[in-house]
Amino acid sequence: MRKIIALILLAMLLWGISKPISNIPFGMNKINVAKHYITKDISETGAANVVTSVVVLYRGFDTLGEVTILFIAAIGLASILYLPKKRVPDNPPVEDSSLILRTGCRFLFPLILLFGTYIFVHGHLTPGGGFQGGAIIASGFALMSLSCKERILSTVRLGVVESLAGLTFVTVGLIGLATGGYFLLNFLPKGTLNMLFSAGIIPVIYVAIGFKVGSELAGIIGNLMERTQ
Amino acid sequence: MNFLYANTYYIAAFGLIFIGLYIVMAKRNLVKVIIGLSFVDSGINLLLISIGYIKGGTAPIFSRPDISPLKMVDPVPQALVLTAIVIGVAVLALALSLVVRLYQEYGTLDIRKIRGLKW
Amino acid sequence: MVAMVLIVIMLIAALVAAALKDLLGAVVVATLVSLITAILFYFLQAPDVAMAEASIGAALETVIFVIAIRKTERFEDK
Repeated sequence: MRKIIALILLAMLLWGISKPISNIPFGMNKINVAKHYITKDISETGAANVVTSVVVLYRGFDTLGEVTILFIAAIGLASILYLPKKRVPDNPPVEDSSLILRTGCRFLFPLILLFGTYIFVHGHLTPGGGFQGGAIIASGFALMSLSCKERILSTVRLGVVESLAGLTFVTVGLIGLATGGYFLLNFLPKGTLNMLFSAGIIPVIYVAIGFKVGSELAGIIGNLMERTQ
Repeated sequence: MNFLYANTYYIAAFGLIFIGLYIVMAKRNLVKVIIGLSFVDSGINLLLISIGYIKGGTAPIFSRPDISPLKMVDPVPQALVLTAIVIGVAVLALALSLVVRLYQEYGTLDIRKIRGLKW
Repeated sequence: MVAMVLIVIMLIAALVAAALKDLLGAVVVATLVSLITAILFYFLQAPDVAMAEASIGAALETVIFVIAIRKTERFEDK
Protein backbone atom coordinates (compact mmCIF):
# COMPACT_ATOMS: atom_id res chain seq x y z
CA MET A 1 0.00 0.00 0.00
CA ARG A 2 2.81 2.35 0.91
CA LYS A 3 4.69 1.57 -2.29
CA ILE A 4 1.67 2.40 -4.47
CA ILE A 5 1.16 5.75 -2.77
CA ALA A 6 4.89 6.51 -3.18
CA LEU A 7 4.73 5.72 -6.89
CA ILE A 8 1.67 7.91 -7.42
CA LEU A 9 3.32 10.84 -5.62
CA LEU A 10 6.48 10.44 -7.68
CA ALA A 11 4.49 10.40 -10.91
CA MET A 12 2.83 13.68 -9.92
CA LEU A 13 6.23 15.15 -9.10
CA LEU A 14 7.58 14.11 -12.49
CA TRP A 15 4.66 15.74 -14.29
CA GLY A 16 5.09 18.94 -12.28
CA ILE A 17 8.85 19.28 -12.85
CA SER A 18 8.94 18.47 -16.54
CA LYS A 19 7.34 21.76 -17.57
CA PRO A 20 10.01 24.21 -16.24
CA ILE A 21 12.91 21.94 -17.21
CA SER A 22 11.76 21.83 -20.82
CA ASN A 23 12.51 25.56 -21.02
CA ILE A 24 16.22 24.89 -20.39
CA PRO A 25 17.51 23.05 -23.45
CA PHE A 26 20.61 20.99 -22.96
CA GLY A 27 23.85 22.54 -24.11
CA MET A 28 22.70 26.00 -25.11
CA ASN A 29 24.65 29.17 -24.51
CA LYS A 30 23.40 30.66 -21.27
CA ILE A 31 26.33 32.50 -19.73
CA ASN A 32 25.64 35.90 -18.26
CA VAL A 33 27.32 36.22 -14.87
CA ALA A 34 30.01 33.72 -15.80
CA LYS A 35 31.17 35.89 -18.71
CA HIS A 36 32.54 38.40 -16.22
CA TYR A 37 34.19 35.67 -14.15
CA ILE A 38 35.90 34.03 -17.12
CA THR A 39 37.11 37.08 -19.03
CA LYS A 40 38.27 39.13 -16.04
CA ASP A 41 39.77 36.25 -14.08
CA ILE A 42 43.45 36.60 -14.97
CA SER A 43 43.54 40.36 -14.62
CA GLU A 44 41.74 40.44 -11.27
CA THR A 45 43.06 37.37 -9.48
CA GLY A 46 45.92 35.80 -11.43
CA ALA A 47 44.80 32.20 -10.90
CA ALA A 48 44.74 29.78 -13.82
CA ASN A 49 41.89 27.69 -12.39
CA VAL A 50 38.65 29.67 -12.75
CA VAL A 51 36.67 27.38 -10.42
CA THR A 52 39.22 27.95 -7.64
CA SER A 53 39.04 31.72 -7.94
CA VAL A 54 35.22 31.56 -7.90
CA VAL A 55 35.21 29.37 -4.79
CA VAL A 56 37.82 31.31 -2.81
CA LEU A 57 37.65 34.91 -3.99
CA TYR A 58 34.41 35.73 -5.71
CA ARG A 59 32.25 33.54 -3.45
CA GLY A 60 34.56 33.24 -0.49
CA PHE A 61 31.87 33.88 2.08
CA ASP A 62 29.92 30.81 0.97
CA THR A 63 33.06 28.74 1.49
CA LEU A 64 33.33 30.10 5.02
CA GLY A 65 29.73 29.02 5.65
CA GLU A 66 30.43 25.55 4.30
CA VAL A 67 33.48 25.15 6.54
CA THR A 68 31.24 26.11 9.45
CA ILE A 69 28.71 23.42 8.51
CA LEU A 70 31.46 20.78 8.46
CA PHE A 71 32.60 21.95 11.88
CA ILE A 72 29.07 21.72 13.31
CA ALA A 73 28.60 18.23 11.86
CA ALA A 74 31.86 16.99 13.42
CA ILE A 75 30.95 18.48 16.81
CA GLY A 76 27.43 17.01 16.62
CA LEU A 77 28.76 13.56 15.83
CA ALA A 78 31.25 13.64 18.70
CA SER A 79 28.62 14.81 21.16
CA ILE A 80 25.95 12.26 20.12
CA LEU A 81 28.35 9.36 20.57
CA TYR A 82 29.68 10.68 23.88
CA LEU A 83 30.23 8.23 26.68
CA PRO A 84 31.43 9.24 30.16
CA LYS A 85 34.81 7.91 31.14
CA LYS A 86 33.72 5.09 33.43
CA ARG A 87 31.36 3.57 30.87
CA VAL A 88 33.79 3.24 27.97
CA PRO A 89 33.27 -0.32 26.68
CA ASP A 90 36.15 -2.71 26.32
CA ASN A 91 36.37 -3.66 22.70
CA PRO A 92 36.47 -7.40 22.19
CA PRO A 93 39.99 -8.48 21.26
CA VAL A 94 40.47 -8.29 17.50
CA GLU A 95 43.14 -10.38 15.87
CA ASP A 96 46.06 -8.66 14.17
CA SER A 97 45.85 -7.86 10.50
CA SER A 98 47.98 -9.90 8.14
CA LEU A 99 51.60 -9.19 7.28
CA ILE A 100 50.83 -7.87 3.80
CA LEU A 101 48.37 -5.30 5.16
CA ARG A 102 50.74 -4.09 7.87
CA THR A 103 53.72 -3.72 5.53
CA GLY A 104 51.62 -2.14 2.81
CA CYS A 105 50.17 0.37 5.26
CA ARG A 106 53.57 1.45 6.52
CA PHE A 107 54.80 1.86 2.94
CA LEU A 108 51.76 3.61 1.51
CA PHE A 109 50.87 6.06 4.28
CA PRO A 110 53.60 8.69 3.60
CA LEU A 111 52.93 8.44 -0.15
CA ILE A 112 49.22 9.13 0.34
CA LEU A 113 50.01 12.12 2.57
CA LEU A 114 52.41 13.47 -0.07
CA PHE A 115 49.85 13.06 -2.83
CA GLY A 116 47.15 14.85 -0.86
CA THR A 117 49.51 17.72 -0.01
CA TYR A 118 50.50 18.08 -3.67
CA ILE A 119 46.86 18.38 -4.69
CA PHE A 120 45.94 21.16 -2.29
CA VAL A 121 49.15 23.15 -2.70
CA HIS A 122 48.67 23.36 -6.49
CA GLY A 123 44.99 24.20 -6.22
CA HIS A 124 45.16 27.38 -8.27
CA LEU A 125 47.08 25.83 -11.19
CA THR A 126 45.61 22.38 -11.80
CA PRO A 127 42.24 20.77 -11.04
CA GLY A 128 42.13 20.11 -7.36
CA GLY A 129 42.15 22.23 -4.27
CA GLY A 130 41.60 22.07 -0.56
CA PHE A 131 38.57 19.78 -0.38
CA GLN A 132 39.91 17.05 -2.62
CA GLY A 133 43.38 17.05 -1.02
CA GLY A 134 41.90 16.99 2.47
CA ALA A 135 39.71 14.00 1.60
CA ILE A 136 42.71 12.07 0.30
CA ILE A 137 44.63 12.78 3.50
CA ALA A 138 41.64 11.57 5.53
CA SER A 139 41.53 8.32 3.58
CA GLY A 140 45.21 7.83 4.38
CA PHE A 141 44.35 8.13 8.07
CA ALA A 142 41.50 5.67 7.63
CA LEU A 143 43.95 3.16 6.15
CA MET A 144 46.25 3.64 9.10
CA SER A 145 43.52 3.08 11.67
CA LEU A 146 42.47 -0.13 9.92
CA SER A 147 45.77 -1.93 9.76
CA CYS A 148 48.55 -0.44 11.90
CA LYS A 149 47.13 -1.05 15.34
CA GLU A 150 50.08 0.32 17.27
CA ARG A 151 49.47 3.89 16.14
CA ILE A 152 45.96 4.86 17.13
CA LEU A 153 44.37 8.08 15.88
CA SER A 154 44.53 10.68 18.61
CA THR A 155 41.34 12.67 18.32
CA VAL A 156 42.59 15.40 20.65
CA ARG A 157 45.51 16.32 18.39
CA LEU A 158 43.27 16.23 15.32
CA GLY A 159 40.91 18.63 17.06
CA VAL A 160 43.72 21.08 17.77
CA VAL A 161 44.93 21.03 14.13
CA GLU A 162 41.39 21.55 12.86
CA SER A 163 40.73 24.52 15.15
CA LEU A 164 44.02 26.21 14.23
CA ALA A 165 43.30 25.82 10.51
CA GLY A 166 39.84 27.31 10.86
CA LEU A 167 41.28 30.20 12.84
CA THR A 168 43.80 30.86 10.04
CA PHE A 169 41.03 31.19 7.47
CA VAL A 170 39.12 33.75 9.52
CA THR A 171 42.31 35.65 10.39
CA VAL A 172 43.29 36.03 6.73
CA GLY A 173 39.83 37.42 6.01
CA LEU A 174 40.04 39.85 8.93
CA ILE A 175 43.46 41.08 7.76
CA GLY A 176 41.82 41.83 4.44
CA LEU A 177 39.12 43.78 6.27
CA ALA A 178 41.75 45.76 8.21
CA THR A 179 43.99 46.73 5.30
CA GLY A 180 41.46 47.22 2.52
CA GLY A 181 37.75 47.68 2.39
CA TYR A 182 36.04 44.36 2.79
CA PHE A 183 36.35 40.88 4.25
CA LEU A 184 38.62 38.53 2.25
CA LEU A 185 40.26 41.27 0.20
CA ASN A 186 43.14 40.06 -1.93
CA PHE A 187 46.06 41.83 -0.25
CA LEU A 188 49.03 39.72 -1.44
CA PRO A 189 50.63 40.46 -4.84
CA LYS A 190 49.25 38.65 -7.84
CA GLY A 191 52.47 37.50 -9.50
CA THR A 192 52.78 35.96 -12.95
CA LEU A 193 50.43 33.35 -14.33
CA ASN A 194 51.14 29.63 -13.73
CA MET A 195 53.74 30.18 -11.02
CA LEU A 196 53.44 28.51 -7.63
CA PHE A 197 53.58 31.73 -5.59
CA SER A 198 50.94 33.68 -7.44
CA ALA A 199 47.24 34.53 -7.20
CA GLY A 200 47.27 36.44 -3.94
CA ILE A 201 45.71 34.79 -0.91
CA ILE A 202 44.34 31.73 -2.75
CA PRO A 203 47.20 29.31 -1.85
CA VAL A 204 47.14 30.41 1.80
CA ILE A 205 43.42 29.84 2.16
CA TYR A 206 43.51 26.54 0.31
CA VAL A 207 46.30 25.21 2.55
CA ALA A 208 44.20 26.12 5.58
CA ILE A 209 41.10 24.46 4.09
CA GLY A 210 43.10 21.33 3.18
CA PHE A 211 44.33 20.89 6.74
CA LYS A 212 40.91 21.57 8.15
CA VAL A 213 38.92 19.21 5.96
CA GLY A 214 41.51 16.43 6.27
CA SER A 215 41.68 16.48 10.04
CA GLU A 216 37.91 16.86 10.32
CA LEU A 217 37.05 13.82 8.21
CA ALA A 218 39.76 11.76 9.90
CA GLY A 219 38.32 12.79 13.26
CA ILE A 220 34.83 11.72 12.14
CA ILE A 221 36.11 8.26 11.19
CA GLY A 222 38.09 7.96 14.41
CA ASN A 223 35.09 8.93 16.53
CA LEU A 224 32.82 6.43 14.77
CA MET A 225 35.29 3.59 15.23
CA GLU A 226 36.35 4.12 18.79
CA ARG A 227 33.48 5.54 20.77
CA THR A 228 31.01 2.78 20.11
CA GLN A 229 31.27 -0.91 20.82
CA MET B 1 14.30 8.60 -29.80
CA ASN B 2 15.70 12.00 -30.68
CA PHE B 3 14.39 13.23 -27.32
CA LEU B 4 16.40 10.48 -25.60
CA TYR B 5 19.58 11.40 -27.41
CA ALA B 6 19.24 15.11 -26.76
CA ASN B 7 18.70 15.05 -22.98
CA THR B 8 20.40 11.88 -21.73
CA TYR B 9 21.96 13.64 -18.74
CA TYR B 10 18.66 15.14 -17.60
CA ILE B 11 17.00 11.73 -17.73
CA ALA B 12 19.88 10.19 -15.76
CA ALA B 13 19.72 12.85 -13.05
CA PHE B 14 15.95 12.63 -12.70
CA GLY B 15 16.03 8.82 -12.66
CA LEU B 16 18.55 8.85 -9.82
CA ILE B 17 16.52 11.40 -7.85
CA PHE B 18 13.33 9.38 -8.22
CA ILE B 19 14.90 6.07 -7.24
CA GLY B 20 16.39 7.77 -4.19
CA LEU B 21 13.05 9.35 -3.22
CA TYR B 22 11.29 6.00 -3.65
CA ILE B 23 13.78 4.34 -1.29
CA VAL B 24 13.30 7.10 1.30
CA MET B 25 9.50 6.86 1.14
CA ALA B 26 8.85 3.14 0.93
CA LYS B 27 11.61 1.23 2.72
CA ARG B 28 11.61 0.27 6.40
CA ASN B 29 15.23 -0.16 7.37
CA LEU B 30 17.01 3.00 8.54
CA VAL B 31 20.36 2.32 6.87
CA LYS B 32 18.62 1.74 3.54
CA VAL B 33 16.81 5.08 3.91
CA ILE B 34 20.18 6.77 4.33
CA ILE B 35 21.52 5.01 1.22
CA GLY B 36 18.52 6.45 -0.64
CA LEU B 37 19.38 9.91 0.73
CA SER B 38 22.88 9.64 -0.76
CA PHE B 39 21.31 8.77 -4.15
CA VAL B 40 19.21 11.95 -4.00
CA ASP B 41 22.39 13.95 -3.30
CA SER B 42 24.24 12.49 -6.27
CA GLY B 43 21.28 13.02 -8.56
CA ILE B 44 20.87 16.68 -7.66
CA ASN B 45 24.58 17.38 -8.17
CA LEU B 46 24.45 15.71 -11.59
CA LEU B 47 21.43 17.84 -12.54
CA LEU B 48 23.18 21.08 -11.54
CA ILE B 49 26.33 20.36 -13.52
CA SER B 50 24.43 19.20 -16.60
CA ILE B 51 22.48 22.49 -16.65
CA GLY B 52 25.75 24.42 -16.92
CA TYR B 53 27.07 22.49 -19.91
CA ILE B 54 27.61 24.17 -23.28
CA LYS B 55 27.96 22.18 -26.49
CA GLY B 56 31.55 22.21 -27.70
CA GLY B 57 32.80 23.81 -24.50
CA THR B 58 35.98 22.95 -22.65
CA ALA B 59 37.02 22.80 -19.01
CA PRO B 60 37.39 26.19 -17.28
CA ILE B 61 41.16 26.15 -16.70
CA PHE B 62 43.71 28.30 -18.53
CA SER B 63 46.12 25.42 -19.04
CA ARG B 64 47.41 26.59 -22.41
CA PRO B 65 47.86 30.25 -23.30
CA ASP B 66 45.73 30.05 -26.44
CA ILE B 67 42.41 28.88 -25.03
CA SER B 68 39.73 31.36 -25.97
CA PRO B 69 37.88 32.30 -22.79
CA LEU B 70 34.45 32.35 -24.41
CA LYS B 71 34.50 28.65 -25.24
CA MET B 72 34.46 27.45 -21.64
CA VAL B 73 31.62 25.84 -19.77
CA ASP B 74 29.94 27.65 -16.93
CA PRO B 75 32.17 27.66 -13.81
CA VAL B 76 29.58 28.89 -11.29
CA PRO B 77 27.56 25.62 -10.95
CA GLN B 78 30.84 23.73 -10.53
CA ALA B 79 31.83 25.89 -7.58
CA LEU B 80 28.41 25.39 -5.96
CA VAL B 81 28.44 21.62 -6.48
CA LEU B 82 31.93 21.37 -4.96
CA THR B 83 30.51 22.79 -1.75
CA ALA B 84 27.39 20.62 -1.94
CA ILE B 85 29.33 17.35 -2.18
CA VAL B 86 31.25 18.03 1.03
CA ILE B 87 28.11 19.11 2.88
CA GLY B 88 26.39 15.92 1.70
CA VAL B 89 28.98 13.66 3.25
CA ALA B 90 28.95 15.63 6.52
CA VAL B 91 25.15 15.28 6.81
CA LEU B 92 25.40 11.56 6.04
CA ALA B 93 27.98 11.04 8.80
CA LEU B 94 25.77 12.84 11.33
CA ALA B 95 22.72 10.79 10.27
CA LEU B 96 24.63 7.54 10.64
CA SER B 97 25.80 8.47 14.11
CA LEU B 98 22.12 8.98 15.05
CA VAL B 99 21.30 5.55 13.60
CA VAL B 100 24.05 3.89 15.66
CA ARG B 101 22.77 5.58 18.80
CA LEU B 102 19.17 4.52 18.07
CA TYR B 103 20.33 0.92 17.66
CA GLN B 104 22.04 1.07 21.04
CA GLU B 105 18.81 2.27 22.71
CA TYR B 106 16.12 0.21 20.96
CA GLY B 107 17.92 -2.86 19.66
CA THR B 108 16.27 -2.76 16.25
CA LEU B 109 16.42 -0.67 13.09
CA ASP B 110 12.82 -1.07 11.91
CA ILE B 111 11.06 2.27 11.86
CA ARG B 112 7.69 0.74 12.74
CA LYS B 113 9.08 -0.43 16.06
CA ILE B 114 10.87 2.77 17.08
CA ARG B 115 7.87 4.76 18.16
CA GLY B 116 8.23 5.44 21.82
CA LEU B 117 8.75 9.16 22.38
CA LYS B 118 9.46 9.24 26.07
CA TRP B 119 8.76 12.51 27.78
CA MET C 1 27.23 6.64 -26.93
CA VAL C 2 29.52 5.59 -24.09
CA ALA C 3 27.62 7.95 -21.82
CA MET C 4 24.32 6.22 -22.58
CA VAL C 5 25.71 2.77 -21.74
CA LEU C 6 27.11 4.08 -18.46
CA ILE C 7 23.82 5.77 -17.57
CA VAL C 8 21.87 2.54 -18.14
CA ILE C 9 24.34 0.63 -15.91
CA MET C 10 24.03 3.30 -13.23
CA LEU C 11 20.21 3.21 -13.14
CA ILE C 12 20.13 -0.60 -13.04
CA ALA C 13 22.64 -0.54 -10.16
CA ALA C 14 20.47 1.94 -8.25
CA LEU C 15 17.45 -0.39 -8.65
CA VAL C 16 19.53 -3.36 -7.46
CA ALA C 17 20.58 -1.38 -4.38
CA ALA C 18 16.91 -0.74 -3.61
CA ALA C 19 16.02 -4.42 -3.83
CA LEU C 20 18.87 -6.16 -2.01
CA LYS C 21 18.27 -7.48 1.50
CA ASP C 22 21.96 -7.63 2.39
CA LEU C 23 22.97 -4.11 3.48
CA LEU C 24 26.66 -4.63 2.80
CA GLY C 25 25.89 -5.54 -0.82
CA ALA C 26 23.67 -2.47 -1.15
CA VAL C 27 26.52 -0.23 0.02
CA VAL C 28 28.93 -1.74 -2.51
CA VAL C 29 26.46 -1.14 -5.34
CA ALA C 30 25.96 2.45 -4.10
CA THR C 31 29.73 2.94 -4.48
CA LEU C 32 29.39 1.85 -8.11
CA VAL C 33 26.67 4.49 -8.63
CA SER C 34 28.94 7.15 -7.13
CA LEU C 35 31.88 6.15 -9.32
CA ILE C 36 29.81 6.29 -12.51
CA THR C 37 28.58 9.74 -11.43
CA ALA C 38 32.24 10.81 -11.16
CA ILE C 39 32.90 9.57 -14.72
CA LEU C 40 29.83 11.47 -15.97
CA PHE C 41 31.15 14.62 -14.32
CA TYR C 42 34.32 14.20 -16.34
CA PHE C 43 32.31 13.86 -19.55
CA LEU C 44 30.54 17.13 -18.72
CA GLN C 45 33.94 18.94 -18.66
CA ALA C 46 34.19 19.41 -14.87
CA PRO C 47 37.47 17.86 -13.60
CA ASP C 48 37.39 19.56 -10.17
CA VAL C 49 33.98 18.16 -9.36
CA ALA C 50 34.90 14.70 -10.70
CA MET C 51 37.90 14.56 -8.37
CA ALA C 52 35.81 15.69 -5.41
CA GLU C 53 33.04 13.16 -6.08
CA ALA C 54 35.50 10.29 -6.55
CA SER C 55 37.51 10.99 -3.40
CA ILE C 56 34.74 12.11 -1.05
CA GLY C 57 31.61 10.46 -2.38
CA ALA C 58 32.95 7.10 -3.43
CA ALA C 59 35.72 6.44 -0.91
CA LEU C 60 34.87 8.14 2.38
CA GLU C 61 31.11 7.55 2.30
CA THR C 62 31.67 3.81 1.80
CA VAL C 63 34.05 3.68 4.77
CA ILE C 64 31.54 5.50 6.99
CA PHE C 65 28.68 3.24 5.86
CA VAL C 66 30.66 0.03 6.47
CA ILE C 67 31.65 1.19 9.97
CA ALA C 68 28.00 1.98 10.76
CA ILE C 69 26.81 -1.41 9.45
CA ARG C 70 29.44 -3.13 11.57
CA LYS C 71 27.98 -1.51 14.68
CA THR C 72 24.38 -2.44 13.80
CA GLU C 73 22.86 -5.33 11.89
CA ARG C 74 23.89 -6.63 8.51
CA PHE C 75 20.64 -8.03 7.10
CA GLU C 76 17.52 -6.02 6.57
CA ASP C 77 14.82 -7.95 8.40
CA LYS C 78 15.24 -10.94 10.66
